[in-house]
Amino acid sequence: MLNNTLKQLSARLAAKEVSAVELATEYLARIELLNPRLNAFITVDREKTLAEAQTADALRAAGNAGLLTGVPLAHKDIFCQQGWKTSCGSKMLDNFISPYDAHIIEQCRKAGLVTLGRANMDEFAMGSSNENSAYGPVRNPWDVNAIPGGSSGGSAAAVAARLAPAATATDTGGSIRQPAAFCGVTGIKPTYGVVSRFGMVAFASSLDQGGPIATTAEDCALLLNVMAGYDERDSTSLERTKEDYTRDLAQPLTGLKIGLPKEYFAEGLAADVAQAIEAAIAEYKKLGAEVVEVSLPNTKLAIPSYYVIAPAEASSNLSRFDGVRYGHRAAEYSGLADMYEKSRAEGFGWEVKRRILTGTYVLSHGYYDAYYLQAQKIRRIIADDFQKAFAQCDVIMGPVAPTTAWNLGEKSDDPVAMYLEDIYTLGVNLAGLPGMSVPVGFGKSVDGKAGRPVGLQIIGNYFSEAKMLNVAHQLQQVTDWHTRAPAL
Amino acid sequence: MSLSLDDVRRIAKLARIGVTDDELAATQLQLNRIFGLIEEMRAVDTSGIEPMAHAQDVGLRLRADEATAPDRRAAFQAIAPAVEAGLYLVPKVIE
Repeated sequence: MLNNTLKQLSARLAAKEVSAVELATEYLARIELLNPRLNAFITVDREKTLAEAQTADALRAAGNAGLLTGVPLAHKDIFCQQGWKTSCGSKMLDNFISPYDAHIIEQCRKAGLVTLGRANMDEFAMGSSNENSAYGPVRNPWDVNAIPGGSSGGSAAAVAARLAPAATATDTGGSIRQPAAFCGVTGIKPTYGVVSRFGMVAFASSLDQGGPIATTAEDCALLLNVMAGYDERDSTSLERTKEDYTRDLAQPLTGLKIGLPKEYFAEGLAADVAQAIEAAIAEYKKLGAEVVEVSLPNTKLAIPSYYVIAPAEASSNLSRFDGVRYGHRAAEYSGLADMYEKSRAEGFGWEVKRRILTGTYVLSHGYYDAYYLQAQKIRRIIADDFQKAFAQCDVIMGPVAPTTAWNLGEKSDDPVAMYLEDIYTLGVNLAGLPGMSVPVGFGKSVDGKAGRPVGLQIIGNYFSEAKMLNVAHQLQQVTDWHTRAPAL
Repeated sequence: MSLSLDDVRRIAKLARIGVTDDELAATQLQLNRIFGLIEEMRAVDTSGIEPMAHAQDVGLRLRADEATAPDRRAAFQAIAPAVEAGLYLVPKVIE
């Protein structure tokens, strides 16, 4: 049962082979057993979960069930959920019981999905390893000495370890794709504006986008159907006709043009990752796809551009955490300014502080043009490069990350080394394009143990999610990497 | 470029984040590493390029001028650090 996809669980619930309460109970038992080792969840609340499951069962009994009613999932701790602690991985929000629901949470509730718990994450979604959580690092289910990736490390690890059949997540610079790759699961970051950011704790507002992580592309499509949609409360939510993201899953890939950016296969890409990616491309050729070389010549500039824009927006967004209306307030202070400074010094971890300080500097008087404006101009160059590439191909493919998951602690003292790992994912966010990660094998053996998962990145043009999911789904019809689960 | 300890103090003040003297040097080192990475970008010729603020070039919507937000004051104040008579309490700022 625990290896079932959402689609299979949906069928079993519809056939009354299992109830939502039984399903939730089974997953809760597995979480109880394995979460002490993996730390994928910050909050688990059996009563709340079972109450949601009972509601789902009642809906089904009354004949009002939808496709996913009673199916359980985990929510990244970044989405405000009424009555649940929404910590965002931070001590700052350790006492924050959300008084309202994020749009994504409302959508999931309407669909009858059952909350299994709140997934661990890097503090305020800032990190590529999940070591920045105030609740301790998440461990990679494939090797507990490895990082699971970040910032949605809890979401990806929970799905990989089958503690949840799917999870919500967010991606500002790779935070869905990279942990999905490192944990051997499937995830998609939609086009910017497709999923509402209402109630999603803001990090870098022009880059943040929510999306699903699951074991299969088909499940991601089913969840995206629930999560996507116009929401007037997010000023950047796009008014578009509702799409069915499953509509193209079965399309053959004959004649599909895959663009391989030469910069994604250049120096810096580990040989074992390259090998797994090339094997996947070979499968696509067998499925009838054609391969063309494309160029994204300014790939390297995505790193400095991103690490100006994201911290600048973060410094502005995180100014709301001042110890006045909610969140942590220092116990002792001498005046208002001291209260702000102490509350923020105590509430934020060091990666968050570094990014706020970086952002404050680049936005400060006299530096705006040299940093923020320059970064935004480079952002335009990068977005234009993608459009030139898409003139030659339907989708772009490459690795999600230059290596497989590294060991816990290996880069935690060196933020710059960590930032460089984001090279293949950042440009997608800067351009606002959709991107996904699909498991395509394993890297070389590490420390005498089995290799760690490799993810293939699929990048599509704006609003081509249905096509990308089709491309991923077809690979999953001829390979079985997505069915592999770690021994735990 | 390189940030001095005074620069770090000034930024921390602007950001309203208390940084102790003990933490200052390590913070300076890390920030300078980050700015070392960012510097690569400054030499790029971007003359004539429009800055891109946003992924989708859409204007901000206007909505009808109607009160739509429900009164949630009690729920929001229930999670505040200090409130009294429906007001948020902060240290005295005007003598």
